[in-house]
Amino acid sequence: MAQIEAQTDVIVIGAGPAGLSAATELARLGVSVTVLDREAEAGGIPRHCNHPPYGLREFHRLMRGPAYARRLVAKALAAGVTIRTRTTVTALHPGGSIDVSSPEGLQTLAARVVLIATGVRETSRAARLIGGEKPGGILSTGALQGIVHLNGQRPFQRPVILGTELVAFSALLTCRHAGITPVAMIEPARRISARSPAIWLARLMRVPVLLQSTLDAIHGRTRVEAVRVDRRGQMQDIATDGVIVSGGFRPEAALLRTSHLEVDAGSGGPVIDVWGRLSDPTYFAAGNLLRGVETAGWCWAEGRRVARAIHAALQGKLPDPGGARLRLASDAVRLALPHVLPMTTGQDSGVANRLQLRLARPAKGRLRLMQDGRCLIERKIDSLPERRITLPLPALHSGSDISLTLEEAR
Amino acid sequence: MMDSADLAANAQGYDVAVIGAGVVGCALARAFTLAGARVVVLEKAADVLDGASKGNSAILHTGFDAPEGSLELACVREGYALYHQIRERLGLPVMRSGAMVLAWSEAEVAELPALMAQARANGVTDVQAVTAAEALRLEPHLSANVMGGFRVPGEHLIDPWSAAHGYLLQALENGATLMRQAEVLTGRRSHGVWHLATTAGAVQADLVINAAGLWGDEVDLRVTGESWFTIKPRKGQFVVYDKSAASLLGHILLPVPTKITKGIVVCRTAYGNLLVGPTAEEQDDREHAILDRPTLQALMRRGEEILPALAGHEVTAVYAGLRPATEEKEYRIRTDLAEEYICVGGIRSTGLSAALGIAAHVLRLADRSYSALENPVWRQMPSLTDEAARDWQKPGHGGILCHCELVTRREVEAALTGPMAAGSMGGLKRRTRVTMGRCQGFYCSAELARITEGRLAQPMLGGGDGAD
Repeated sequence: MAQIEAQTDVIVIGAGPAGLSAATELARLGVSVTVLDREAEAGGIPRHCNHPPYGLREFHRLMRGPAYARRLVAKALAAGVTIRTRTTVTALHPGGSIDVSSPEGLQTLAARVVLIATGVRETSRAARLIGGEKPGGILSTGALQGIVHLNGQRPFQRPVILGTELVAFSALLTCRHAGITPVAMIEPARRISARSPAIWLARLMRVPVLLQSTLDAIHGRTRVEAVRVDRRGQMQDIATDGVIVSGGFRPEAALLRTSHLEVDAGSGGPVIDVWGRLSDPTYFAAGNLLRGVETAGWCWAEGRRVARAIHAALQGKLPDPGGARLRLASDAVRLALPHVLPMTTGQDSGVANRLQLRLARPAKGRLRLMQDGRCLIERKIDSLPERRITLPLPALHSGSDISLTLEEAR
Repeated sequence: MMDSADLAANAQGYDVAVIGAGVVGCALARAFTLAGARVVVLEKAADVLDGASKGNSAILHTGFDAPEGSLELACVREGYALYHQIRERLGLPVMRSGAMVLAWSEAEVAELPALMAQARANGVTDVQAVTAAEALRLEPHLSANVMGGFRVPGEHLIDPWSAAHGYLLQALENGATLMRQAEVLTGRRSHGVWHLATTAGAVQADLVINAAGLWGDEVDLRVTGESWFTIKPRKGQFVVYDKSAASLLGHILLPVPTKITKGIVVCRTAYGNLLVGPTAEEQDDREHAILDRPTLQALMRRGEEILPALAGHEVTAVYAGLRPATEEKEYRIRTDLAEEYICVGGIRSTGLSAALGIAAHVLRLADRSYSALENPVWRQMPSLTDEAARDWQKPGHGGILCHCELVTRREVEAALTGPMAAGSMGGLKRRTRVTMGRCQGFYCSAELARITEGRLAQPMLGGGDGAD
């Protein structure tokens, strides 16, 4: 395997909004950066989200995903970032050396800091244990959008959409663009996951939203012919030629799981401190890899912030790793990050200013951060899985564990 | 669709027509081709391995638990030996994991001595009893509820499809013909020649071998007008866990078998995943293998009872296969040499292990004097397991297309060309593993849809616009 010495201060894995914004910021701060992306084109998920709203926070204008992705890439290149596409990282080693495979073959690359920004994917049909057969015509939103927007192909004509997160409505827009007419949206909860204005898009397109309904089985041998939906115990067969399995975003963290780095069971992403630093302090992480899904603008801002933390680390200005550990004491809470909180954070060096939470199930009640028997922060919530919840960073009394509790209301 | 059909040869007729391109049909095609026969393989689907062979558990069995004195045992033993004999020349992998048959109750413990005695009587003499403590030492993640068992070192893991692909490709490289979307409709024998009508045209052959798997009885009826057995499909559902779970286990874990089934297996796969299954569910339908959530959840619970650390690992894939069981446990192989017809039926669960043995047995039954090929072509199958270097580890692969399974653009291109080019997405997956990883196509479906457009007999996309 070809060995390459550290020719760059920082390697960024993943050329999506988080990775590109971090790389651009680092380059502006005078740090040499190489971004690796396994796809043939840099830009990440927005490349195939051919609809607004993108770019408001970053470029102060309303953009579609592909134009936004191109802009991010252009900014990074203009700042002096090196981008290598078709380059897949196959292993992460302690101390910032990584194995990559590219059309040139295998190489080991090394840098002083490696930022992992590999993003998310949707939960597959298989992982949801949906019954029935495995015909053609079952796609995630990501796959649908690539097929429609990158290829100009139309995979089906009257699919059902599984899920009602924001991405399900993105799928609706993609369908409208391609002349595809969804026959229903299917949601197990009592209300849609996305914030309520999204429902108007379904109404506008006259797509019925079946609440309290689950997809029991998919039928068809070579192509989807029908789905069976469990509507509060009543089985209903719906004729359809496709299934869009949307949402349920989970970190693309396969590299982490086979590495020495600590992974959080709740998020499926890495364990991080307030600077986005991992259990091996030569590694950092930013973007949707951390939690499942946030907006591109959020990931972009997060990448920029973690870039400042990396810059501080390269100058030896970041406090040593360690601090109080945040533990979940409610099964209604799926994740809370950062996981490691220091007593003092010093001046602004890219430190996170909020805690981010996600629920495992719909829940309402009082969230509390407890340390040494004292309540640091209390807040009322009434929320759904996949919705953004944030809390201010608490002022700590000690380095002992912090417990996140939820007293649920009846 | 006619793949490499030589129309002149077709008009003159073939020596042998093999009906069905499952693992048994592929092994038969290879054996008869290498023996010197002109072979045509007739497959009704758009690609090979589309029936029972598509959903197997990828274990190379020793035959330790096969019925004593059975034809099944003889074929498994011979197939096992032949696989090891030819696998390097065909580039076929083997993971020498060994198996442990484990007892989880006093009643099962009581059955172990008889099972070990049967194994030895079957010629599998290296079985070794293990105590519960030894089992836990060999497999530290095993549930402490285990009560004992025995090891079968010769049970190995293999690739579920590359063997069959390798057998058929060798047949094709040495002159055999593959016809896909060629469902046999009728058969008629006149002037010593079989005339088969298929959906892809007429085929003539001296000898017809029925290896139609789930449709074995139906093909018997269509060709000869009678069948001596009835297929009773047995469904098996499987759960495949993410590669992160594979490190939990070394051995293939087998339960104490019942009269009906080998039971639920927990094992790694040749691709580095971990598999739990199959169920054994009788059904009449031989076309549709339906997954159901309660059964999949029950499989996961069973897997977690056996390997508690499995809880929390992600599910990568679920699938269901159909085994062509019949009224009897024994293989249903019968020759009617007056009519030059051989039925190879009821290969219900050990087909992958036994295929080469079945082919050798049937070649002997046919008892022909072809002139064997002197220098047959041996084509290496692409490496899809970590046993040999994968394509992504070699320069010039054009970039990785399927990120979860590390499949390169060069590998996909190779699978779409050549004498055995993929005919469906299922076929492309079986040849390369594209979309079979944890993301199940989230990242690579769009590029696959673009690359395969217009190149698959059964296209990836429906929708009518540009795709098909």
